[in-house]
Amino acid sequence: MRRVLRLLFAGSILWGLSAHGAELRIGLAADVTSMDPHFLSIAPNINIAWHVFDALTHVDEDARLIPGLAVSWRAIDATTWEFRLRRGVRFHDGAELTAEDVVSSIERTLKVPNGQLGTFTRRIIAKEIVDPYTLRLKTATPYAMVPYDLNSVFIVSKKAAARSGPEDFDSGRAMIGTGPFRFVRFARGDRVELARNDDYWGAQGGKSAAWEKVVFRIVPTDPARLAGLLSGELDAIEQVPTADLPRVRRDARLNIAQKVSWRTIFFYLDQYRGRAPGLADKSGRPLTRNPFRDLRVRRAISKAINRPAIAERLMDGAAIPASNLVSPPVFGYAPDLGPEPYDPEGATRLLAEAGYPDGFAMTLSATNNRYVNDEQIAQAVAQMLARVGVLARVEALPLNAYLPKGRKGEFAFAMFGWGSFSGDLALRALVATADPDKGFGTFNWSGYSNPRVDKLLERAFASVDDKRREALARDAMRLAMGDHAVIPLHHQVTTWAMRKPLSYAPRTDEFTFAHRFEIR
Amino acid sequence: MLSHIVRRVVQSFGVLAAMSLLVFAGVYAVGNPVDILVNPQADQNEIARATAALGLDRPLLEQYFIFIKHAASGDLGRSFAFNVPAIGLILERMPATLELATAAMLIAVLLGIPLGLWAGLKPRSAAGRTIMAGSILGFSLPTFWVGLMLILVFSVWLGWLPTSGRGPTVNLLGIPVSFLTAEGLRHLVLPAANLALFNLSLVIRLTRSGTREAIEQDYVRFARAKGLTETRIVGVHVLRNVLVPVVTVVGVEFGSVIAFAVVTESIFAWPGMGKLLIDSINVLDRPVIVGYLCIVVALFVAINLCVDLAYAWLDPRVRLGEAS
Repeated sequence: MRRVLRLLFAGSILWGLSAHGAELRIGLAADVTSMDPHFLSIAPNINIAWHVFDALTHVDEDARLIPGLAVSWRAIDATTWEFRLRRGVRFHDGAELTAEDVVSSIERTLKVPNGQLGTFTRRIIAKEIVDPYTLRLKTATPYAMVPYDLNSVFIVSKKAAARSGPEDFDSGRAMIGTGPFRFVRFARGDRVELARNDDYWGAQGGKSAAWEKVVFRIVPTDPARLAGLLSGELDAIEQVPTADLPRVRRDARLNIAQKVSWRTIFFYLDQYRGRAPGLADKSGRPLTRNPFRDLRVRRAISKAINRPAIAERLMDGAAIPASNLVSPPVFGYAPDLGPEPYDPEGATRLLAEAGYPDGFAMTLSATNNRYVNDEQIAQAVAQMLARVGVLARVEALPLNAYLPKGRKGEFAFAMFGWGSFSGDLALRALVATADPDKGFGTFNWSGYSNPRVDKLLERAFASVDDKRREALARDAMRLAMGDHAVIPLHHQVTTWAMRKPLSYAPRTDEFTFAHRFEIR
Repeated sequence: MLSHIVRRVVQSFGVLAAMSLLVFAGVYAVGNPVDILVNPQADQNEIARATAALGLDRPLLEQYFIFIKHAASGDLGRSFAFNVPAIGLILERMPATLELATAAMLIAVLLGIPLGLWAGLKPRSAAGRTIMAGSILGFSLPTFWVGLMLILVFSVWLGWLPTSGRGPTVNLLGIPVSFLTAEGLRHLVLPAANLALFNLSLVIRLTRSGTREAIEQDYVRFARAKGLTETRIVGVHVLRNVLVPVVTVVGVEFGSVIAFAVVTESIFAWPGMGKLLIDSINVLDRPVIVGYLCIVVALFVAINLCVDLAYAWLDPRVRLGEAS
């Protein structure tokens, strides 16, 4: 593959930088399954939805919450949130946005057949329209995340969405939003076409005015997407493979844009079972006690991993060594935590202290089609662990087989990735003690349980004051990371490539927004 | 003849039932699609709710009987990932694949038979040797690599053809096709050539060996002795005998090309059924996987039937329906 791409680069002599008016053609890396914004919350679908629709709250390029269709929001008591809507916002059919549209959109998330957005709206038990521009939402218990959750609820015109099924969105009949682009056409598995919304409420400063027409082409094969960019068929692509980064950088006709993603790659280590699957001594006899329950062993594993080497060589610089479960720009990141320095001698010493002078053997589980270079990272980490006497056998699986196994607790040491727009949300899913009724520990495959972390998280979610909440989230992060509840590896860096003179204002949430491309 | 067709159709229902049960159990064994499709922030209750809404919490056999009941009335279920009926989803993508497969088979047959004849009639000439060497390459080079090389040469270096995607479509009898526009044809050339390569080589080799065999036969010598023109000897007497094995292979391969165009479709981002199948397997979208395979089985049955009928026409000794 690398050689093919080298040829691709060497040979791309015919460039033809044609002026093609105000049309932008973008190559997407993953398939868009549905136009219905209230069906699945998967990135390719949401990416398109953000062009046609808006939500009450938006997030900026650093994944921080900012006003969207709501100009302001506040908690008027512990269980009631009041949102003030932006005035004069018009849908693509000319109708004005009112609180009615918001209420009907929230209700629709619970009504779409097989829809998976209920997570974000089921906690809202009552909706009160005070006036057309004021809306109050009530929750049963104090819940700070309402404005965050509503970032995932796209507002669709009530008139268009009433009685509309997924097919009406795919055909465009119900694709009436307030976003920077109007829907033109969706050809499944092939492309999505959009046209500029000249009446966009956020157009001040000409932000949405650069492109009259936008074509998103779905090109999942990496070399083909890059070839599309090189041959001039595409103006920009997302998710440039890391192996091609050095050459893309060298190519004088291309610009690249990079930003640290909110996705953090880390390792789970089983801390709840006396015996965990795949753990054995070096002669293959299963271990009678689980070494990961010893803090010293967890710390030793963390010290044995050479994070800078993985980030610089394996990822070609498209990763930042991690110390937190959220990346640096994200709410609740604890800046005082530093990545664990690479220290194989210290690791060997700690293992000996913990009673494993000869190390042990284990299975290192990882995905092979989910995260950037996931299988190679697993192999590299296994080799680093071998240096300190821990023999790791890598077992890489596609995501569809990996996730069900992980949920069933079949892994003792497993790689995973998580993107979240706040530290407390990430901790709630990944390290909080599992409790289905509170929604804690949904992805706590380590079985880590620390009542102090749980308490801090509960207080964070109940506090409607952001400063206080961030302080609590940071404290919880420090505690969990101090315990090595999981072992953070790195934060991915996302790369876009485009033909000059285009430029892109990159985002932490990895989205590829046409309105953020400019000619510069 | 009629009883032959009826027996084929009855057999195909048995195959469909067995295949759907196998696929059902297989996908069930891999895991729960909700684990993959659900939004990561969802809690355990939400996952349980979504699983129940899709009926995935029931025992496997019960799920299967519900599926059979609905399938009997033509409803293969809604896709978990696309939220539209699976059968509609597959049929929507089918014209693209059929167009690609037909174009590929046309290239294979229209180029393969003349080249194979040439190589068979003049086996020791430079042209004949070159054709055979080329066909070995066509057999042995991996589709994936050839696809990338085609893109590299014709799109990136020469800039003649687009790298990927399907061109604009026009409706022909209600079916969207892209080969009627110049732009559509330009998009079709590379993926069709890539998909055709293997079968082109196959047809060349079959035709060549068939030709070599036929020209040695008594009836050809007799025809020559009778003073028939070379064109008539090759075009009628040789070709007709060569065509029987070619038709068999083309029939079987046409089914494979439709069902497994997935590599070519993925490289060239061609919005066909093969790509849909891979995407569906990745998210364990069972209604689409089962529906796709049902349609493919039906296609194979239909193609095999056509092949049988073509035999009867090409070779008067074949009588359908009389075999045991």
